Amino acid sequence: MNIILNNTKEEIQDGTTVHQLLRYKNINNKYIAVEINRNVLPKSDHHKYVIQDGDKIEIITAIGGG
Amino acid sequence: MKRLIINNKEYDSRLILGTGKYKDFDETASSVEASGCEMVTVAIRRMNIGQDKKSKNLLDVISPKNYTILPNTAGCYTSEDAVRTCELAAELLSGEMLVKLEVLSDSKTLYPNVIETIKASEVLVKKGFKVMVYTTDDPIIAKELENIGCECIMPLGSAIGSGLGIINEYNIKEIIENATVPVIVDAGVGTASDACIAMELGCDGVLMNTAIACAKHPVLMASAMKNAVIAGRDAFKAGRITKKEIGTASSPVHGLVTDD
Repeated sequence: MNIILNNTKEEIQDGTTVHQLLRYKNINNKYIAVEINRNVLPKSDHHKYVIQDGDKIEIITAIGGG
Repeated sequence: MKRLIINNKEYDSRLILGTGKYKDFDETASSVEASGCEMVTVAIRRMNIGQDKKSKNLLDVISPKNYTILPNTAGCYTSEDAVRTCELAAELLSGEMLVKLEVLSDSKTLYPNVIETIKASEVLVKKGFKVMVYTTDDPIIAKELENIGCECIMPLGSAIGSGLGIINEYNIKEIIENATVPVIVDAGVGTASDACIAMELGCDGVLMNTAIACAKHPVLMASAMKNAVIAGRDAFKAGRITKKEIGTASSPVHGLVTDD
């Protein structure tokens, strides 16, 4: 199935959770936030949420800024 | 000595640092340390997916255990984008609700969009965010933002990254006199004397980034800013003399050996 991850098209396996996606992408930083279709997905739900076809997913972090 | 209180937390330092534009994380960390600050602001951005698993994140270097992390909405031009960014920031920082709200008008002037800033403040305050709001040096708008419930008012000294210093001292003074929440000058500081002037005017603090990060020697400038903020605050508390149009002798005028 196809998703948009950080504004880029991606193909992932059906049934993938957000937690699995983060592992697959080597993201082990604790200072991140995930948004699914413009709704923040709390960290406690990363295991539970099964990604749906067409989902727009944003993974954000803190960077240097003033 | 009265300390700066933001979101019920007391701070010894009245200097807040931005973390952008540094050469690398080492320089960021050294400058932050040299400045003596206890709060740093960070930007919220899409993660660079695919980077090395071992590559560090800013917050691994500037730990939330040691510093208050103030996420900002830099780069937002609408209230909706700013609110969305704040909600992501709160999730990122495990529910911390302190944010720096910054809604800009355009990428050329980087001037605050006051209308969108007010809209976003109203929404964020209702959602329980503690809003440190970047705005113009308009005293009426500053009071409006305070009335909405912002935690702290942050008028610009001059345009972001301009280094022009405090271009309207009278407005900043007026904002301070009217405010019952902390007033922190944000943006425009170019060198130590600018920070000192802000504090001499009675500001509760100063927020800066470019003046340190883009100095020839950022760590030394960070130290200079630390001293400037302390000096300015002390001078404000000490109370400056009244300006006079003509000179007043410092030495006694009587008892001169030349007196006949």
